[in-house]
Amino acid sequence: MTEASKPPPPASSPETIPSVAARLAFYQRAGGVITPLLTAVVAFFIAGLVILVTTHKNPLSTYRAIFDGTGLNWFFHVGSHSIGLPFSDSRVWFPWDTGSAAAMNLQQTLIVVTPLILTGLAVAFAFRCGLFNIGGNGQYTVGAVVAVQFGIWFAGLPGPLHVLLAMAAATVAGAMWAGIAGLLKATVGAHEVITTIMLNWIALWIASYLVGFGGPMQDPRQISAPVTRQIAESAKLKIFWGNALLQGLHIGIVIAIFALFVYWIVLNRTTLGYEVKAVGFNPEAARYGGISVARNYFLAMAISGAFAGLAGAIDILGWEFNLDLTEVQSVQIGFIGIAVALLGRNTAVGVFLSAILFGALLTGTSTRNLDPTIFKPELAGNLTRIIQGLVVLFVGADLIILYLWQARRKLPFARKADQR
Amino acid sequence: MVDDERPVLELRGITKRFPGVLANDHVDFDLRRREVHALLGENGAGKSTLMNVLYGLYSPDEGEIRIKGDPVRMRSPKDAIDHGIGMVHQHFMLIPVMTVAENIVLGNEPLDAGVLLDYGAARKRVEELARTFGFRIDPDARVEAITVGQQQRVEILKALYRGAEILILDEPTAVLTPQEALELFEILRTLVREGMSIIFISHKLGEVLEIADRITVLRRGKAVDTVPRAGATEEGLARMMVGREVLLRVEKAAAQPTDPALRVEDIRVLDDRRLEAVRGVSFEVRRGEIVGIAGVDGNGQSELIDALSGLRHPTSGKVRLGDRDVTGASAGQILDLGLGHIPEDRQRRGLVLDFTLAENIALHDFDRPPNSRFGWLFPKRMIRRAQGLLRQFDVRGGGAQTRAAALSGGNQQKVVLAREMARDPKLLIAAQPTRGLDVGAIEFVHRRLVEARDGGEAVLLVSLELDEILSLSDRILVLYEGRVVAEHGPDVTEEELGIEMTGGRGKEAVA
Repeated sequence: MTEASKPPPPASSPETIPSVAARLAFYQRAGGVITPLLTAVVAFFIAGLVILVTTHKNPLSTYRAIFDGTGLNWFFHVGSHSIGLPFSDSRVWFPWDTGSAAAMNLQQTLIVVTPLILTGLAVAFAFRCGLFNIGGNGQYTVGAVVAVQFGIWFAGLPGPLHVLLAMAAATVAGAMWAGIAGLLKATVGAHEVITTIMLNWIALWIASYLVGFGGPMQDPRQISAPVTRQIAESAKLKIFWGNALLQGLHIGIVIAIFALFVYWIVLNRTTLGYEVKAVGFNPEAARYGGISVARNYFLAMAISGAFAGLAGAIDILGWEFNLDLTEVQSVQIGFIGIAVALLGRNTAVGVFLSAILFGALLTGTSTRNLDPTIFKPELAGNLTRIIQGLVVLFVGADLIILYLWQARRKLPFARKADQR
Repeated sequence: MVDDERPVLELRGITKRFPGVLANDHVDFDLRRREVHALLGENGAGKSTLMNVLYGLYSPDEGEIRIKGDPVRMRSPKDAIDHGIGMVHQHFMLIPVMTVAENIVLGNEPLDAGVLLDYGAARKRVEELARTFGFRIDPDARVEAITVGQQQRVEILKALYRGAEILILDEPTAVLTPQEALELFEILRTLVREGMSIIFISHKLGEVLEIADRITVLRRGKAVDTVPRAGATEEGLARMMVGREVLLRVEKAAAQPTDPALRVEDIRVLDDRRLEAVRGVSFEVRRGEIVGIAGVDGNGQSELIDALSGLRHPTSGKVRLGDRDVTGASAGQILDLGLGHIPEDRQRRGLVLDFTLAENIALHDFDRPPNSRFGWLFPKRMIRRAQGLLRQFDVRGGGAQTRAAALSGGNQQKVVLAREMARDPKLLIAAQPTRGLDVGAIEFVHRRLVEARDGGEAVLLVSLELDEILSLSDRILVLYEGRVVAEHGPDVTEEELGIEMTGGRGKEAVA
């Protein structure tokens, strides 16, 4: 083959180097879907081994019980049912039974998924700007406190207005809380990991003081309990599936899904998103391109905090209705949001799916939902944490996964080169 | 000078694959005793990979290495060193606060009573070595205090001290001034006379023809051919490297400068360590001319460019773009006033590698029509505009929606060029516009710069390559230690510039 005399082959020619672009794109696409999937699978597998070794239970039946506890099995029981449309008297045919036990479990799962989507988005948005927002928990707490207070005030307002007002106030509060970290990063370069962690503790203790014994927000009629008053009826989110008395599913899930769209649109269709991503990928190039890096650090943190603040508001207005001290001090939603964003690769779809995974794990292993004859629910909570920890651990394992992926492809490639 | 005995080193059918890339494809290479064998090729042709295989840093997927006829396996650089191979990397691996002698013996120190470094002995052995091979070097000088050229000699001595008989030099002249390069060639000739064999890696045609006995050209991971120096020409080698005819000289008419586009008055700029890197520089660039700034790396070029583009603010002095005073203006403002800026580091600054080409091309004007309106982006318009420019600038290896990271260096540079030139800037700053590019891409960039000039743009060319400065510039300024020390017309010689670039003494201080 007289290579030297030929013109350079076109980029798509299979045997030459220029197909790098194609291959790189392929790896990324492959890594984009396969890595998170394998991450989850490997995490479940290892957790299964833990179950087997420590309790001598069958991991498969345990997982099955957890799965049933999440209510996700609901989708597999197709039948013929007549249901009432929410907010109306009309009845329509529907393939699933909306009143079954599984349906109620599913409602619980989705109630937990809702704030996870939002705190996941909070972490993901900051990540896109190259910032690590560990302060989701604090921003969530601030949002919850503000939502409770606004839900108590303005009791006379018409329902939708009151809800909107309380949510807006909580969102702004969350944005301002995270904005402090953004401002410090933008002006004096204080690392956001440090400042957001510090702000978490500040939020926790301020909230503890506010709702705790003798605090300004403590319910004066319940001097024996560190808890705020209930929010007004007008501030509660509508329940559109299930029984309001049995904690049915409120419209917060719709808001969270709407937030996913907003997230995608801001990142992909606005100049703000362009700037945030440019700064996140390469701050030096962004600066050279005329983009203010400091401004984007501040904005990205503020928007990130807005998502987390909204999560706090939706939990309060949707099903908690008041805030108590134990709740304030044991919130984990913001931290689980980190795992959600990591596993979801900071994409809208990924965050949605991984929020469902983590939400399902939380409800599936809860004392209320897990069948105690199969696995002790008091151990199951730890199982959630094990899986969660493993997922975070393996998220850093792109390289291992890609390596295995390449090793699999290595053989045919080598043969092709030899046949030349 | 070449002994016609058995090769001291043979590489047979070396193949090395990386994910998606065949970096070396059955490469054969042999090195005879007492010869300089140049390995010539564009960036990414597989030169460094081949040498890293030889030096034990990579293990080859196929092929074998023979030293003096015996097959060997290189599992690590230690194996390579044990087989008498020494490598001088492009980036030196020296400890700045230690003396020359300490650096040379490091890792294999003569010990005093088996514990402490016997500095006297170390010094003596270094002096012996230096004498044998005709090096002029002060063993007691601290490495941070000597010139880059001398540091390179320390690296060479380090390899010789460890018993190297085969030396690999990876792009050794990249960091040197022309004078230093000549001195290096002198040293290499001495080494060869003393029995060494040298592999000289380069992508510069001129120096390969000057120093090498034989030349092997690599292209796309394959050894195209091995030719003796006698009879080889720059044109022929360039054709082998690129695979087609290449125009090595830039054709251009005399400049027709008009009114000044950039006026710099006595500016002073601090570097990152807050030391004054630009110390009172004044000049102007007129429309229709290319002004070249020559200088050894680190003499204030980067800080000067940063100050002109608003990425760094001068502590005193004035910068005027057209008739506007832009001293202290932000990068965005200066861009809006008509600056085009090809930055010296395209990967760190010029491109967002994770963005698509369309997004990269919109980097300066994503926030205004037609790319966006009221903060709403129109990706389709960005893509359409990018497609036109990519065609116009002959960017290969990807389309408007390919990520910039997937492109080769030359094509990445063309994307930057397309973005900056399409803005029809009043002033175009081209910093190192061909760094790391191969001959074919260099030709393209040079032609475009001359076209920009002929189209009435003012071009400020900052380059470490004297060839480039000389072949493109209509006026040449020499920057030395933050000051403009000389100004020339286009017909100054390389030697003159070289002397001025090193402070006018021409000789090294510690030599």
